[in-house]
Amino acid sequence: MKLHELTIEKANELLKKKEITAQELTEDILNRIDECESKIGAYVTIDKEGALKSAKSTDEKADFTDPLAGIPMSAKDNICTKNLKTTCCSRMLENFVPPYDATVISKLRERNAIILGKTNMDEFAIGSSTQTSFFHTTQNPWDLSRVPGGSSGGSAAAVASDECIYALGSDTGGSVRQPASYCGVVGLKPTYGRVSRFGVASLAATMDTIGPITKNVTDCAIVLSAIAGQDSFDPTSSDIPVDNYLQKLKNDVKGLKIGIPKELLYHEAVSKDVKDAVLNAIKVYEDLECICEEISLKNAEYAMSAYLVTLAAEASSELGQYDGIRYGYRTSSDYQDLKDFYKKTRGEGFGFDVKWHIILGTYLSDEKYYDKYYLKAQKIRTIIKKDFDEAFKKYDFLITPTTPTTAFKIGESSDDPFKMHMNDLCVSIVNLAGLPAISLPCGFSKGLPVGLQIIGKAFDEAGILQVAYAFEQNNDYHTRRIKERMV
Amino acid sequence: MKYESVIGLEVHVELFTKTKIFCGCSTEFAADPNTHCCPICLGMPGALPLMNKSVVEFATKAGLALNCQIADFSRFDRKNYFYPDLPKAYQISQFYIPLARNGYVEIEPNGQKKRVGIRIMHMEEDAGKLVHEEGGSYSHLDLNRAGMPLIEIVSEPDMRSAEEAWLYLNNLRTILQYIEVSDCKIEEGSMRCDINISLRPEGSEQLGTRVEVKNLGSLRAVRRAIEFEEKRQRDILENGGTVDGETRRWDEAQGITIFMRGKGSNRYSPEPNLSPIIITDEWKEDIRNHIPELPNVKKERFIKEYGLPEYDASIITASKILANFYEETVKYYHDPKIISNWIMVELMNVLNETGEGIKDLKFTPKQLADMLIMIDKGIISGKIAKDVFREMFKTGKNPEDIVREKNLIQISDEAELESIAKKVIENNPKSVEDYKNGKEKAMSFLVGQIMKETKGKANPQMVNSILTRLLKEI
Repeated sequence: MKLHELTIEKANELLKKKEITAQELTEDILNRIDECESKIGAYVTIDKEGALKSAKSTDEKADFTDPLAGIPMSAKDNICTKNLKTTCCSRMLENFVPPYDATVISKLRERNAIILGKTNMDEFAIGSSTQTSFFHTTQNPWDLSRVPGGSSGGSAAAVASDECIYALGSDTGGSVRQPASYCGVVGLKPTYGRVSRFGVASLAATMDTIGPITKNVTDCAIVLSAIAGQDSFDPTSSDIPVDNYLQKLKNDVKGLKIGIPKELLYHEAVSKDVKDAVLNAIKVYEDLECICEEISLKNAEYAMSAYLVTLAAEASSELGQYDGIRYGYRTSSDYQDLKDFYKKTRGEGFGFDVKWHIILGTYLSDEKYYDKYYLKAQKIRTIIKKDFDEAFKKYDFLITPTTPTTAFKIGESSDDPFKMHMNDLCVSIVNLAGLPAISLPCGFSKGLPVGLQIIGKAFDEAGILQVAYAFEQNNDYHTRRIKERMV
Repeated sequence: MKYESVIGLEVHVELFTKTKIFCGCSTEFAADPNTHCCPICLGMPGALPLMNKSVVEFATKAGLALNCQIADFSRFDRKNYFYPDLPKAYQISQFYIPLARNGYVEIEPNGQKKRVGIRIMHMEEDAGKLVHEEGGSYSHLDLNRAGMPLIEIVSEPDMRSAEEAWLYLNNLRTILQYIEVSDCKIEEGSMRCDINISLRPEGSEQLGTRVEVKNLGSLRAVRRAIEFEEKRQRDILENGGTVDGETRRWDEAQGITIFMRGKGSNRYSPEPNLSPIIITDEWKEDIRNHIPELPNVKKERFIKEYGLPEYDASIITASKILANFYEETVKYYHDPKIISNWIMVELMNVLNETGEGIKDLKFTPKQLADMLIMIDKGIISGKIAKDVFREMFKTGKNPEDIVREKNLIQISDEAELESIAKKVIENNPKSVEDYKNGKEKAMSFLVGQIMKETKGKANPQMVNSILTRLLKEI
């Protein structure tokens, strides 16, 4: 097995046994990046020098008791990295170098993680295809003519092509789970408040979360253990103690009750292949003696509108700080007055989809329309949360497809941002409710991975990891990428 | 037709907590530009606000002192707009559920008590400061002020004249200074005031169209701006026109208000990063217990307890430091009225002359009392005491030391005074003659001469009696 194909768990074993060094592992992955990055385009910044330097110092410390020590990873480019460009893949922040680390990055640095670089994404995390990046598109390793999903498409593609051992993404409406699903890897969206958001450029502050994208469920548990927990720099981070995710991973799932929301599984947008793959997964759980029943999330049909209103309204506020005054892009053309300055700076600095959402959101959050749209959307959220609460009174977990279809072609269906959001049908509803959910490979359709989403109760990340792990033990979907991908 | 002014004020007050409202940056005044900044108050990607608990305490204290109901649950919102001094493009404020409501401040226009209602008092963050260079093609931006804690106090439209507005602002300021939440310096910007003013026919219950006036740099400016707007709006109405609802700017140099912008709509949204502010009854009571006696209560007490005239009491209690100084002096001296006289006349004079503040006083209440006792004991005369007082003000030295060093002890020696008086009589035969001819004025001239001879140290009562006796004898 090649070094870059290792999981965190395996690589850590070898490091501990001194069969490999962090430098060898890092060099191998950097070579792998050299080899396939021209075809994949997962990265926007590669910090070779920094990565090798920290690999060297980690080797010198020679302490690999922490499973993440010496393991090369990459971070989505909206996660601030001190002295390393963080652009949100926007012209607006093309040359922005943060003077601080996001909390998730400092936590990983403390564990001697090796940061390889920053991954491509939809501009400011708005999108489901990574096509709205200011820099370039990213190709899906399984089919280079297809998108990797988004907005954490670069992170998912990097993991799927073994250009890193694991990656971090952000998930506001499915941006970790959807690309993980398209790229046949594991992606976890934690409960809102489980992982600090400090230093991750906000998109919609009531829905933003940061989560791992990994090669398998065990790795996912390892990374989540490292980044979860209360942070004094994030007032919305929770003080609920962090579970021991690894310890609970292998617990028996026998007798667990799984609900299948029929509004999502049988939605007209869900393709037959995807539906069949999920139904197969349900069979697996039934074989494991779980109790699987179809249930109703009766207000699910309102989720997409509520999500879009919340996203646009909050994003229009969050993205206001990019005004060219203190940092970031500033227009180079002449301007007549302050208003003209803002128009030109923001008009030129942001791409189409970002502007589409800002304009919509600005309208929605006007005093005159606040009650009609934003407030109503929040009421829908409350109703949807109640629906979930009801479901979780009877069931331990809920299962849905992660995405209605497999990865679509690059250039396809990107004209209408609203249509694009339909990709997020099953995932964004989870952000509305703030719950944890994981996506893992559950089959294939015409050679492309299909993702299974497991949704848990608030702060039951241990539970969804356990249920996902049980499924993963029954197939080889998560390792097939090595043979079946195009690079 | 006669018109009535309807005035409401929106007052912003900077709280003097040690650190900013949502980050750990210092609130120090007049620091070098952009030295008290961090990713949070600069609006950098991914920075999140952290609530400063002292701000909640200070604001609650202010709310209680202004007789407000304190909400046990309040929340932060964002006011979204673009301006270079606003780093995040939104100001974190409390729009939907403010911290405090329904308070009042008492004023006494023309000696009649009146309450000016406070509709809302809430917490918010300040913006930075833009410095425009005269004729320059660019502006400087100082973000030290960005994120400074403010309370905004919105009054009801209860004031009917510039005088009432002035009284309201004065009392508001005194209260906030008393409870030590702000220094309320309008000139330094730690207290800022916007005016809302409309006119309506006298007797009408309906409100006229409201005009907002900003950029008031002093209490005087507030008064002048109101008077200007009253006239401007009355002229429009009397000529059959209608007043436009708009925001105007006070131009201090020209003494007029100038159109700034029309009424636009605002974009508010809930602040998602901050938890609601929960104030328990216990916490509220604890804060209430730290509120000192407020100025109006103190004033009434001074009138009753020390027999001060209303005017003296209101001047002395207008500053907590002065009121404390006064009460401290009362402990050491038996006659509160005499103390008040010295404060009202001599102290106010030197403060006015030197421009110094009451908090810079070098001498202590005990020293002032000691000086008054020296007068009573005849050690110094009242006139000499004025010099001693000034010296005490300048140096903070003990009055006994000043008197000794400057050799100011009163001359009360009968023989010594008599010999000086005789000399004066000898040297001023014309005045003596005038006196004999019934010119009373001549007497005071002679007294003056004796005082001159003794450098003011002669015991005035003794001089009078000795001189009267000697003149009779002639």
